[in-house]
Amino acid sequence: MLAAVATFTLDGVRAQEVTVEVDVRRGLPAFTLVGLPDRAIRESRERVRAALLNSGLEFPQKRLTVNLAPAEVRKAGPGFDLAIAVGLLAASGQVMPEQLEDCALAGELSLSGELRAVRGALTAALGARRAGYRRLFVPEPNAPEAALVEGIEVSAIPSLARLADLLHGRWSPEPARPAVPDPGEPPPDGPDLADVRGQEDAKRALEIAAAGGHNLLMIGPPGAGKTMLARRLPGILPPPSFEEALEVTQVHSAAGIASGQLATERPFRAPHHTISAQGLVGGGVRPMPGEITLAHRGVLFLDELPEFARAAVDALRQPLEEGRVEIMRGQRTLEFPANAIVVAACNRCPCARPPDSCSCTTIELARYQRRLSGPLVDRIDLVCQVEAVPTVQLVGGPHELRTRSADVRARVVAARTRQLARLAGTGILCNGDMDGRLTRREVPLGANLAARLLAVRDRIPLSGRGHDRVLRVARTIADLEGRELLAESDLDEALSYRLDSWERIAA
Amino acid sequence: MIDSCHACLRRAFLIAHLAPRIAGLLGSRERKAAGLLGLPEGELLAAAAGRGVEQALAFLEALDADRERERLAAGGFAALCTHAPAYPPLLRELTDPPAILFGAGRAETFDALREEPAVAVVGTRRASPYGTEVAYAIGRGLGASGVPVVSGLALGIDGTAHRGCLDGGGTPVAVVACGPDVVYPRRHRSLHQRVRDAGLVLSELPPRTEPYRWSFPARNRIMAGLSRLTLVVEAADPSGSLITADFAKDLGRCVAAVPGRVTSHVAQGTNNLLKEGAAAITGTEDVLDELFGVGVRQAPQTRAPRAGPGDPLLRTVLEAAERCPSVEAIARAAGCGVAQTRAALGRLEADGYLVRRDLGGWERAAC
Repeated sequence: MLAAVATFTLDGVRAQEVTVEVDVRRGLPAFTLVGLPDRAIRESRERVRAALLNSGLEFPQKRLTVNLAPAEVRKAGPGFDLAIAVGLLAASGQVMPEQLEDCALAGELSLSGELRAVRGALTAALGARRAGYRRLFVPEPNAPEAALVEGIEVSAIPSLARLADLLHGRWSPEPARPAVPDPGEPPPDGPDLADVRGQEDAKRALEIAAAGGHNLLMIGPPGAGKTMLARRLPGILPPPSFEEALEVTQVHSAAGIASGQLATERPFRAPHHTISAQGLVGGGVRPMPGEITLAHRGVLFLDELPEFARAAVDALRQPLEEGRVEIMRGQRTLEFPANAIVVAACNRCPCARPPDSCSCTTIELARYQRRLSGPLVDRIDLVCQVEAVPTVQLVGGPHELRTRSADVRARVVAARTRQLARLAGTGILCNGDMDGRLTRREVPLGANLAARLLAVRDRIPLSGRGHDRVLRVARTIADLEGRELLAESDLDEALSYRLDSWERIAA
Repeated sequence: MIDSCHACLRRAFLIAHLAPRIAGLLGSRERKAAGLLGLPEGELLAAAAGRGVEQALAFLEALDADRERERLAAGGFAALCTHAPAYPPLLRELTDPPAILFGAGRAETFDALREEPAVAVVGTRRASPYGTEVAYAIGRGLGASGVPVVSGLALGIDGTAHRGCLDGGGTPVAVVACGPDVVYPRRHRSLHQRVRDAGLVLSELPPRTEPYRWSFPARNRIMAGLSRLTLVVEAADPSGSLITADFAKDLGRCVAAVPGRVTSHVAQGTNNLLKEGAAAITGTEDVLDELFGVGVRQAPQTRAPRAGPGDPLLRTVLEAAERCPSVEAIARAAGCGVAQTRAALGRLEADGYLVRRDLGGWERAAC
């Protein structure tokens, strides 16, 4: 007898539908698996056999052939176990094939027949809905995540035996509830700007970066608090919209690092500087999302930027420009979302001591600073210095008086709302994502300011790109202040945050 | 400007021909290149050429002095032999003056070298930011005072001294270890051109000659020979700059040094010079006092007195920016918020009151 069961697997972070076809016929007992399965799937024969028998079901002693269609796509991972087991049940007449008609399922089996969580349940649910399935069976731990998708009934299945009960009409589970935590205030124990004493200048830079989605470089000695500050950026960014949260959860689910519920905060990723280009932008034999994708809609923090491999940092060019990563694998191109704010940090010089006891030669300095060039630094809009806070300031001072993340977030949200209204129809959400042409169109300068910027360029050699960066930042500052037209002070402040081209400094 | 007798021309081209062999002959006695170069032609041939004597003789046989002069003139080079009236007189005091001084750039610079005492500003290639700052400031001060600044166009102190001299509107004289038209190090391509445009690039090696190890200490003697005073800004011990200082001592010229931090590697050479009695230099004034006598010539004011900004907030921030290391400290000192301080700093920089330091921080603009 023949049966077909639908399941979903991950293709990057997107869903790929796979039909599990099972043929059971008389002959010498054998169990063959075809359709480009990887090792984990081939081993699923053993799990399926044990799980069926341990669940009080029958493992047919016949010639069993399982095909994973489409046959030309490589398949990986243990998520096919459940579909294969249920396909066997249907093909051997233990359940009625009609009952599986508009259902899809995914799950890994333990030998006892319990269901184990799989990666990408949210993606599977999205794929199943798009493909028109009415119902999705997933392991219990994955159900709240999969249930975030509306328009498809998600059932949490604890074990293979329970699923057999369900298919026989002996058990009907409650529809799974979506895991949407209460939105709003950042969690009270999360990192808050109020934890940081002093650093008013860096806090202002963070606020501008958050308000306009600008990439930021922090320069300062080790221990000054650069990491502490960067960690607080997600908390002052606007809370993710439902769609954004879904994207974040989907990516994290595909990478196997999801919390099992909808992400309510934006991700913060801080890879170590020994990371490879592949680790940063994604790739591999089985393409996995890289750190920039895991930081999608959130913050990617690169501490000790000059220590990163040149190739790794340069690989960030495409994601920074287009907000996505394309990975070529054989004949196929995979696409990962990759729209994050990059915060980078470095020291002032290789020895990292204060200027009056620095022992670096100018050549060493130039070499260090040259490592800070390239496509990433070309896209950094803001630079600020982070100095160690004097001990006097570290002790004392009431906690309540310091700026709270929630207050900054309110200002950021207001500024973003203004940007959304202005940029409606461009497909761009914030000032930081505007390209040169859009910048010049959307940031009109009055005759006064235009003349002033022209005069400035006699003293400060601004490249074309540097000019655009100043305009973008000035626009965001005006948005924070609630001004529709740029004021002179917005332009002045933006100038003070600019990063000069390193080539000029090194000369 | 071509003014070179036949004998000198022969000698200069012979040395260029033998240049690749001289290194092997000197062994570790690089400083003694000068002694070798002073030998009469016959001995030089015998000493340096070794088995290549026949080749060298054939080269001299084939050398057409008139054609070489034409080619030099066509290339716009200067070539002055020791007998030429325009040859820098101070240089003749060397035991082994270069037979011919090849030059690229403005020929009037030779007059300046006769009329004004020149100062050699030399130092390490691995300069510290402190050394760079001092070399630039003194180069600029001397340039503005009309004192030709002699240096070696090397990375670090040398190049910075030339830049300072150029920015001060002075006359830079670069003595190089290769032909005057050869750019070494390559990174100084544009600086080489600027020096040619405003002053002179000099060498005892004819155009198109590549540099040799021995030719660096050999050109140091020319730097010392051209200058009334040799100033070492930063130097390790031992170093090429100390070789220049030695040549200056041998000639009985004034040797001066800039005091450095005692823990700094690149201040050891200069601090040792000071212990031995070199003049301590803390600014352009000190150099001018050594050259012309105390108070005879004043360093021109390079920092033109400029009225501060009219806005009181800008004035407060400008004053604070000179003392305070960070934006926050400036904001505290000026008593306003960081956003306001940032705007003020941007404004002050745009108006030319402040300039940005390498990686963060501001300092008062020089003019």
